[in-house]
Amino acid sequence: MATRLQFENNCEVGVFSKLTNAYCLVAIGGSENFYSAFESELADVIPIVKTSLGGTRIIGRLCAGNKNGLLVPHTTTDQELQHLRNSLPDAVVVQRIEERLSALGNCIACNDHVALAHTDLDKETEEIIADVLGVEVFRQTIAGNILVGSYCALSNRGGIVHPHTSVEDLDELSTLLQVPLVAGTVNRGSEVIGAGMTVNDWTAFCGSDTTATELSVIDSIFKLREAQPSSIVDEMRKSLIDTYV
Amino acid sequence: MFKVQQTIGSVLCCKCGVPMPPNAANMCVNCLRSEVDITEGLQKSIQIFYCPECGCYLQPPKTWIKAQWESKELLTFCIKRLKNLNKVKLKNAEFVWTEPHSKRIKIKLTVQAEVLNGAVLEQSYPVEYTVRDNLCESCSRFQANPDQWVASVQLRQHVSHRRTFFYLEQLILRHDAASRAIRIQQVDQGIDFFFGNKSHANSFIEFLRKVVPIEYRQDQQLVSHDVKSSLYNYKYTYSVKICPICREDLICLPSKVASGLGNLGPLVVCTKVSDNITILDPRTLRCAFLDARQYFRSGFRSALTSRQLVKYFVFDVEEPVGEATVGGQKYALSYVQIARESDLGNMFYVQTHLGHILKSGDQALGYDIYGANVNDDEMEKYRLSVKNGLPEAILIKKCYDEQRERKRGKPRAFTTKKLPMEMDESRGGRVDPEKMENEYEEFLRDLEENPELRFNISLYKNKDYQESETASMTDGEGAPTVPIEELLAELELSEEEEEGDDEEDMDE
Repeated sequence: MATRLQFENNCEVGVFSKLTNAYCLVAIGGSENFYSAFESELADVIPIVKTSLGGTRIIGRLCAGNKNGLLVPHTTTDQELQHLRNSLPDAVVVQRIEERLSALGNCIACNDHVALAHTDLDKETEEIIADVLGVEVFRQTIAGNILVGSYCALSNRGGIVHPHTSVEDLDELSTLLQVPLVAGTVNRGSEVIGAGMTVNDWTAFCGSDTTATELSVIDSIFKLREAQPSSIVDEMRKSLIDTYV
Repeated sequence: MFKVQQTIGSVLCCKCGVPMPPNAANMCVNCLRSEVDITEGLQKSIQIFYCPECGCYLQPPKTWIKAQWESKELLTFCIKRLKNLNKVKLKNAEFVWTEPHSKRIKIKLTVQAEVLNGAVLEQSYPVEYTVRDNLCESCSRFQANPDQWVASVQLRQHVSHRRTFFYLEQLILRHDAASRAIRIQQVDQGIDFFFGNKSHANSFIEFLRKVVPIEYRQDQQLVSHDVKSSLYNYKYTYSVKICPICREDLICLPSKVASGLGNLGPLVVCTKVSDNITILDPRTLRCAFLDARQYFRSGFRSALTSRQLVKYFVFDVEEPVGEATVGGQKYALSYVQIARESDLGNMFYVQTHLGHILKSGDQALGYDIYGANVNDDEMEKYRLSVKNGLPEAILIKKCYDEQRERKRGKPRAFTTKKLPMEMDESRGGRVDPEKMENEYEEFLRDLEENPELRFNISLYKNKDYQESETASMTDGEGAPTVPIEELLAELELSEEEEEGDDEEDMDE
């Protein structure tokens, strides 16, 4: 079930948080309401880590990760890196990348199996992504925009892309990602979906400006209504094996 | 280059959930409209003032604009009265029908403005104008006193005939110079024109100055005085005098003027009066021009006027001894033998400048200096000074009376229009209607004889006139008439199509 919240009166929750199936990162400095919202949903299931990256709070846009690993930009300080390594589960590999495009959250959109990357990303970075996150990387654009991480929100069950995406593009992306996709908006018609919401396989968090219509779209495409944390692994695995054959 | 075909998908409107093609706001039009009102802050109702007398609308502070009901001018005016309309872009404006008696004008405006993140929204809204009646200044002044004039031009010529005024009347009609006159009144030796505006009177005088030699003075009378704003209201009167020298007058020039013009023989004939006076010496065929200033500096009067023309019978015309073309007119100097009609026994042998048109057996009109008792100082002085005496007669023009006899009673081929003049009843009715008739008849004859005179005036086809076959077959020379090409057809707005305006350029 999608939850509506705000970070310091700003509806762009995808900027200040990062949600995956194994952990959740939130920015420091916000009010306790922000954390409470996350904790009420996720407290017993996955760790919620308060951090900053490179001294900034826009952690959602700077890092990219899934249940296998987390990639942070070169601006991350050593203390932050150590803090992350300490707080996150051991299965999650934290890797700092030397990449010119340092806003990895804007450049990479990924779930546990496949990732979309900015077209100008280095070859090395692409290899590291494939390695650390354990995903297949595709260089793509969404509705003509190269910042794939900003304009789509992706989970293992579905995804939302920029509303101006044409039907052909939508089909192509859906085939690549092997999940159902829909073109939609969040936060009352905002096209920057990746920044407006954050999602994993059983919950989603959106800005409080999100209308009921948008919320229903999110619920339906990410299949959040029936989702329980435990059922994911079982069900998804079956369908996954099917597709990769 | 191969381009993949892009089909626009559809997203759900973020507010109402209806599927729609994506736009900049990602909201369907209705939701956007309910969200944002671009007509906020624009005027929706306003008051305008209308003058029912002249049909004008007030544009403050002082301009009154004439406009018809539901016309383009009214639309432009109404839109101009709206404030704040520059914040949005006006796409379309049209009138919504309202009953004229309701005193309401409704306009539907369609405006476009940018909202949210770049989406351009178009919206229509009605504006209602309440029309209030308010007489404009000129109408209210007119209502208070309909005869109110501000400037008057008193045109006078101190001669015993009204030829000049007939001619002026035609000129004024042709050039529409008196179209702004409130009233025109005919008085004993002239005409009075009344105007509502000093500048109208001034432009009328400028027009007069171009066509006749005039001298004028201006006077004003205080009507009212607003102490607080120091505004003075005057009535202006222009007293205009036309020079008394007319065509065909015989003038004896004072010696100063004669020597100033190069010793032009003191006896001269006036041949043309326009904005300058053309005088011709019949003995030397020399011609001079005097403009208004020059004339009024000396102010001489004519010795003999056309009233005093006498009929002569021409017996013999000799070969011309000299020819000259003066001011477009050809003259030939020759000796003729003439005698007065009344006294055929007494023959005179005189010089005349009409040698080119006179033939023996003709009749001519001229001044009888031999028998006349001329009351002119200059003439007396000249008579005493010259050795061999004055010429016995000076012929002025050929007489067509015989030919006119044949045409008597038949209507003319042309008619003229008249100015709307009031007759001056107050002076004891000195104007004799029969005299006026005769004078007008003479004026029309003058027009027929002189193509020069016709140049500046409009003559209209006489509908009752039919060319009779027999008249054209009479011998040789008929009386001069106005050729039919010079006549204008009157513009008649009737059901049957008239021949229309077959006005042709008169080439002189």
